[in-house]
Amino acid sequence: MMEIDNATFIQAESEIAAINMVLGASMAGARAMTSSSSPGISLKQEGISFLAAQELPAVIVNCMRGGPGLGNIAPSQGDYFQATRGGGHGDYRSIVLAPATGQELADFTARAFDLADRYRSPVVLLIDGMMGQMMEPVIPPDFVNVADIPYKNWILDGARDRPSRIIKSLILDPAKEEEHNWKLYRKYENITKELQITEAYQVDDARLVVMAYGTAARIAKGAIKRVREIGLKVGLLRPLTLWPFPARAVEDASRFVKEFLVFEMNTGQMVEDVRLALKHRSEVHFYGRPGGVVSTPDEIAKVITSLYYRLHLEEEQ
Amino acid sequence: MKKTVFAGFGGQGVLMMGYVFAVAAMRDGREVTYLPSYGAEMRGGTANCTVVVSDEEIFSPVASSPDCAVIMNKPSLLRYENLMKQGAVMFLNSSVIDRTPVRDDLHDVHIPANDIARKLGSDRVTNMIMLGAFVAKTRLTSLESIMNGLQENVKGKSGTVMKLNRKALDMGADYVLKGTAS
Repeated sequence: MMEIDNATFIQAESEIAAINMVLGASMAGARAMTSSSSPGISLKQEGISFLAAQELPAVIVNCMRGGPGLGNIAPSQGDYFQATRGGGHGDYRSIVLAPATGQELADFTARAFDLADRYRSPVVLLIDGMMGQMMEPVIPPDFVNVADIPYKNWILDGARDRPSRIIKSLILDPAKEEEHNWKLYRKYENITKELQITEAYQVDDARLVVMAYGTAARIAKGAIKRVREIGLKVGLLRPLTLWPFPARAVEDASRFVKEFLVFEMNTGQMVEDVRLALKHRSEVHFYGRPGGVVSTPDEIAKVITSLYYRLHLEEEQ
Repeated sequence: MKKTVFAGFGGQGVLMMGYVFAVAAMRDGREVTYLPSYGAEMRGGTANCTVVVSDEEIFSPVASSPDCAVIMNKPSLLRYENLMKQGAVMFLNSSVIDRTPVRDDLHDVHIPANDIARKLGSDRVTNMIMLGAFVAKTRLTSLESIMNGLQENVKGKSGTVMKLNRKALDMGADYVLKGTAS
């Protein structure tokens, strides 16, 4: 196990235990995280719902694998709905980040802690088995001194000489719970305004824009590089935040691109958010490989090429 | 961009070979991905990993049609032969592989790695002999970089072990360049 000063690694006896240890640590003011792959995350959802209810910061890594059920341990993107819609019970959201490289994994993990603290919300790093297995060169981000992190004025750190604080999620009075729900809602509205991140690749002159995240985006980028060599005007719009979904960037792109292709390693989940963002201003096509199958850039290049000619995009000026 | 597969039985040092190669190429300043196989096959069966080395951004760490393969046993030859890219190079451990690829559009390089290792008095350096041969022929990195990569990964090993590894790399390289393992 990696050794880091001032950090504690605990092996939990179960997923439920792990997420509740994170909850307890967070309540006491520590920065805490946990990780698992799909079925383990399902088990942790109860705790994630409690984190959201009690506005506790935490970082959760979901390294998605083929499912549903036990499925397999191959790379998949089948948990998009689960992550972006909250996942656990109740009316809440989690911030969801989608890194695609080893470097982004390192950088986004550090950033996730900052976002979790800023918004007092769980932050999910949604990656897949490919990124879980693969090694790549990484320049580690600078470590932050724990003493430099601003004091959180809501934590439970002993009430000597001050009034006690209470953190709980049981709100029996519906009127008070409604008030709490609207308070969370306003926070989510705020996050949606402030935190939509995308990366655009060759979108400026594109007749067709591919949308993909994580490993699928890497593969799509390789495919786009290939089809650009034969003169097809295709670009990539890659969401780095899945929730909030970067609807603004999609809307902006739809002003000059009329055809979108969504590529996911599932049967079609993010494509729903793309459709919502486009509001029928542009056409949305979908290509998916679920179950742990990893497409090659060549395969996606063929999909792009056939769609491009079928839509007669080469004829447009 | 060159994609290489390293494959053999678990315990033949297949993942070590790929990892040391990946670290060497990274220290050379190239773009690198290292993807080990993972699954039920980890336990006693076949082991393999894929290393991609490139001067440009790497999109997929998976090799659907590898440029090179370092093959340590016969089942791996059967598994990878049909996947190889046209004109690809297969480095075969001929001490345990008694056949050549059926395809005639592949280059095959035969290295009696276990026999050479025995001459050195240690079967454990079989992988380094194959790696030496692979590096000498493909020039995807240098033997010096491999040694540095090895040093980073076997911290605490004695100088004798490192010397043995160096000797194994050199003998593998000599075998494919000069036809003898002296």
